[in-house]
Amino acid sequence: MNAPVDLATRRAALVAALAPLLPAHALLHHAEQTTPYECDGLSAYRQRPLAVALPETEAQVAAVLKACHRLGFPVVARGAGTGLSGGALPHEVGLTLALAKFNKIINLDPLARTARVQCGVRNLAISEAAAPLGLYYAPDPSSQIACTIGGNIAENSGGVHCLKYGLTLHNVLRVRGFTVAGEPIEFGSEALDAPGLDLLSLVVGSEGMLAVVTEVTVKLVPKPQLARCIMASFDDVRKAGDAVAAIIAAGIIPAGLEMMDKPMTAAVEDFVHAGYDLSAEAILLCESDGTPEEVAEEVERMEAVLQVHGATRCQVSADEAQRLKFWSGRKNAFPASGRISPDYMCMDSTIPRKHLATILLDIQRMEQKYGLRCANVFHAGDGNLHPLILFDANDPDELHRCEQFGAEILQRSVALGGTISGEHGVGIEKLDSMCVQFSADELEQMLSLKRAFDPDGTLNPGKQIPSLSRCAEYGRMHVKRGLLAFPELERF
Amino acid sequence: MKFDDLQARLRDARAPLRFTGHGSKDFYGEAPTGEVLSTLSLNGVTAYEPSELFVSALAGTPLADVEALLAQHHQRFAFEPPRFPGGSGGQGTVGGMVAAGLSGPSRAALGSVRDHVLGAVVINGNGELLHFGGTVMKNVAGFDVSRAMAGSLGQLGLITEVTLKVLPLPAATATLRFEFDQATALMALNRWGGEPLPIEASAWWDGALLLRLAGANAAVGAAARKLGGDVIPNDMAAPFWTGLRDQADEFFVGAERAVAGGARLWRLSLPSTTPELKLHGEQLIEWGGAQRWVVTPLEPAAVREAAASVGGHATLFRALDKGCGVFTPLSAPLAAIHRRLKASFDPHGVFNPGRLYPNL
Repeated sequence: MNAPVDLATRRAALVAALAPLLPAHALLHHAEQTTPYECDGLSAYRQRPLAVALPETEAQVAAVLKACHRLGFPVVARGAGTGLSGGALPHEVGLTLALAKFNKIINLDPLARTARVQCGVRNLAISEAAAPLGLYYAPDPSSQIACTIGGNIAENSGGVHCLKYGLTLHNVLRVRGFTVAGEPIEFGSEALDAPGLDLLSLVVGSEGMLAVVTEVTVKLVPKPQLARCIMASFDDVRKAGDAVAAIIAAGIIPAGLEMMDKPMTAAVEDFVHAGYDLSAEAILLCESDGTPEEVAEEVERMEAVLQVHGATRCQVSADEAQRLKFWSGRKNAFPASGRISPDYMCMDSTIPRKHLATILLDIQRMEQKYGLRCANVFHAGDGNLHPLILFDANDPDELHRCEQFGAEILQRSVALGGTISGEHGVGIEKLDSMCVQFSADELEQMLSLKRAFDPDGTLNPGKQIPSLSRCAEYGRMHVKRGLLAFPELERF
Repeated sequence: MKFDDLQARLRDARAPLRFTGHGSKDFYGEAPTGEVLSTLSLNGVTAYEPSELFVSALAGTPLADVEALLAQHHQRFAFEPPRFPGGSGGQGTVGGMVAAGLSGPSRAALGSVRDHVLGAVVINGNGELLHFGGTVMKNVAGFDVSRAMAGSLGQLGLITEVTLKVLPLPAATATLRFEFDQATALMALNRWGGEPLPIEASAWWDGALLLRLAGANAAVGAAARKLGGDVIPNDMAAPFWTGLRDQADEFFVGAERAVAGGARLWRLSLPSTTPELKLHGEQLIEWGGAQRWVVTPLEPAAVREAAASVGGHATLFRALDKGCGVFTPLSAPLAAIHRRLKASFDPHGVFNPGRLYPNL
């Protein structure tokens, strides 16, 4: 790779180009300054960038992009750095464009039910600001206390309420930002659609590969008057999986529908003491929200379906405190796992929900095969799995078996008609798995699509879409370990 | 027609091709040109699992067939795509529905066609059969090409198959009627939009606002009592909403007559809170204020300016002469991306050329 002298020369060239464009405190290039930016939420991958720019105005963003474009420096945009797939991993000879200072809520419009916010505003901050108006921003990735709306755009973030309220794309009207060449550009509009091709669909979820977003208009929705949660126990994962499908088949779209297996239930109960049924093979959390009349009707219907499908215990939250308690374990699945194992690797795939029991039983077989434990939390309503494989990273053989285990789960997910990433993105972590899910022609079309937005390929290069030579080299899926930074954060 | 024949035809094409199903939306967009390539041989639902909430169908499958199948299982396309009479007696295909990207009365509440696309199979200009998306709701592997096919008017390739999210039919619906002038209706719609009410569709025209509520029995009943207005019995309301959806109701019939007489029918997509637009001519307002149909003899520039000045855009929907351009022109950076994207998927520039924008 590049010799240190080469890097130093390049760094000097980049700093010289950017220094006139930014206040001195907004350009970091000493190792001790750039090291905090060397990874995002996927801390197994680390790379210091040549420099970090912390622009404070859109004019500075444009100027920085223009300079980097002129000189051919890669640019990696970054929000809060909570991403779980390495999408904001710096580029060795690139600039990290840290947009944390774009943290203002520009306008809340109660009548239009929209919020116009800068990209660095935290997801939860939008809902908090909208709360006095009786409104909120629906997508709720569990890192919502820290993650930014700009990062949510990059990842098309989900959460536990996607089945009813949609993904980020469904809740965003317009994004404003800059092309790689520093030209201002807008995708979408303040109306419900925009003329031309639906480029907003491409930009949302593009992991910073197509444009740099600085401002976002999101939809706000009325806060439901009431939410209640049913906690149901099953003595067999197959019955629980069938109950999930039966709820949907009954014409119910629950606000949330989550599943935990026995090992996960034990881990979280020990952590949060929520009163989970430790004898159950699987627990379902089914949430209903809406008007009191609606919730009463839906809870009754869901309970009936759960009973018919063999629930051994059903408890409906009596009040908001109890509802939050039911959720507390589910939301703390990660930190709880951290207490029962030195390390864990989190997977994120989606399968058709009818196969939930199948894959859970497959995973149980894989536990035997690889000699490792796995605890499971699922967004069962939309088939999004988060198996947490427990291992000890200090044991090279365990790490190796863990990687094999994870790879087999992803392969199995694709084989069952699913996808290698439901909501965490591809980033750097799942590049090889992309080779499993997509053909060479499909990947080449996506790379070509990127060139339509970024002809020189300098926006977050090397992420999300693997090169064909990389796929040829690996020849099969090879899943890297997914060690997480910020283990204290709620996830999913 | 087999896929490999289609692939070869698209790969080898050097003259304009015009992708067509029933031709029911030939009127929409810039004028279609080129040799007809029919999708009607691509017929059939390839996967439908009610409890998985998706349906996959080949592009030439009649929309009516798919909707009938969904109805048997008490499900539907929640975005209520309009159905227009086609030349061959059909009322539109699934591929045409996605390519046109038009959504009906429930769009503001339940989302657009785009929002319901889960996956698409597409043949590009290299004749490659490409699968994007899938059948699951949550899928962030790669760029979301399948959703970008919605409204693309065939610019990026031939859609051969699509997978769409389906939803259960609501347990109950009710229609309420209010005697409101336009300003009152707009204010009411936006106020109600901020409350947890099960409003699924709205339409204001000629001094009357109609609201459709849908959801759980209890929720619809409670909302109807809260909102007031006159209850229109469902057997009377249903034909109205169907007519509105298919643009066959009184307003659109009148619009068609006016268009024959030289006026133009515009679709204005605006922020829902845009106050009453003082444009000469009839207006019908849907989507809680966010979509306004205007039939007017006004000059195109005046209509476009009225929409642009409030942050929206205007599409020339029906007119005898579309010489002024159908879609609102793009900014220079967006136009450049459109050209490069078109060239990326269609290197020979032969897929429905000029149908979205002249010279694209």
